[in-house]
Amino acid sequence: MTIATTIDRAPTAVPTELAHGRGGGGPASKRVVVAFGFWIFILSDMVMFSALFAAYAVLRGNTAGGPTGAELFNLRNVFIETMCLLLSSYTCGLGALSAERRQPALFLIFAAFTFVLGAAFLFIEATEFARMVEIGAGPSRSGFLSAFFTLVGMHGLHVTSGLIALIYLSAQVIAEGLQAAVLRRLLCWSLFWHALDIVWVGVFTLVYLMGAP
Amino acid sequence: MSGFEDRTPGVEEHEPTASYLTYTVGLGLAIIATIGSFVVAQTNLLWPPGIPVGLIVLALAQIGVHLVFFLHMGSAPDSTNNILALAFGVLIVFLVITGSIWIIANLNSNMMPMPAQ
Repeated sequence: MTIATTIDRAPTAVPTELAHGRGGGGPASKRVVVAFGFWIFILSDMVMFSALFAAYAVLRGNTAGGPTGAELFNLRNVFIETMCLLLSSYTCGLGALSAERRQPALFLIFAAFTFVLGAAFLFIEATEFARMVEIGAGPSRSGFLSAFFTLVGMHGLHVTSGLIALIYLSAQVIAEGLQAAVLRRLLCWSLFWHALDIVWVGVFTLVYLMGAP
Repeated sequence: MSGFEDRTPGVEEHEPTASYLTYTVGLGLAIIATIGSFVVAQTNLLWPPGIPVGLIVLALAQIGVHLVFFLHMGSAPDSTNNILALAFGVLIVFLVITGSIWIIANLNSNMMPMPAQ
């Protein structure tokens, strides 16, 4: 009797309710594990962005006699871009929430808002890039502009792939409904989208606001 | 939904981690930080040499808001591993950025004076 009790208690070194997430209480749910794996991917993406940020910080003064950031940047447009991305992060969060609550129609509405706001961001960014290339401030003009187009363009590419993935996921929600696997993909996608907004905070602070006094 | 704690490991549990309120509060704080950054950068509200520091502080604050309110980094047991990974990622990012700036600034200041082109 005593032995049985001891054996029964032995495997749990810490009380189960305290040890959730630290190995106690059984394995974590697939949802937690998948989100953790995707979080590792996002962090490695952040490390890649940090290299591009470092390159930009180092090269920002090397304009080779060409235009400087203060001459090129239009802070009003950057502010609109920032708001578009921030609001799309917000609607993405609300979409993830309504997906979690099994409200597919509401999710699709929020996904549409997220898509439109993200696309507006990309449109403004692409217009700015085209205008800069037109006036001879393309990526080949100076070290500063090479670093600028690499950093901001890489963020724009991420947003583009995020929008493509959003279409794909919305199609899955329509076709398959909000089943567990689809919900996990949506969770990963919303992590990705929020992380892109975090990168953008770095971009508008370091590149635009510090570059255009 | 009953009081029984007989979850099978691996079965999805759905306890909504956030609410509309969480996201709305996060959005409000992020908008305040964003507008603050743009105002600080374009006015003399701050002592001009301190503007970069102010901008960095506001950016870090906004990143914190995003992490807590949008990415739900919190004290919940499930996010312990996520926070440890985040701490490691922040360390690497910090090393890459400050290390690069430091080394290149050092190289620049040790360059021979170049004739003006």
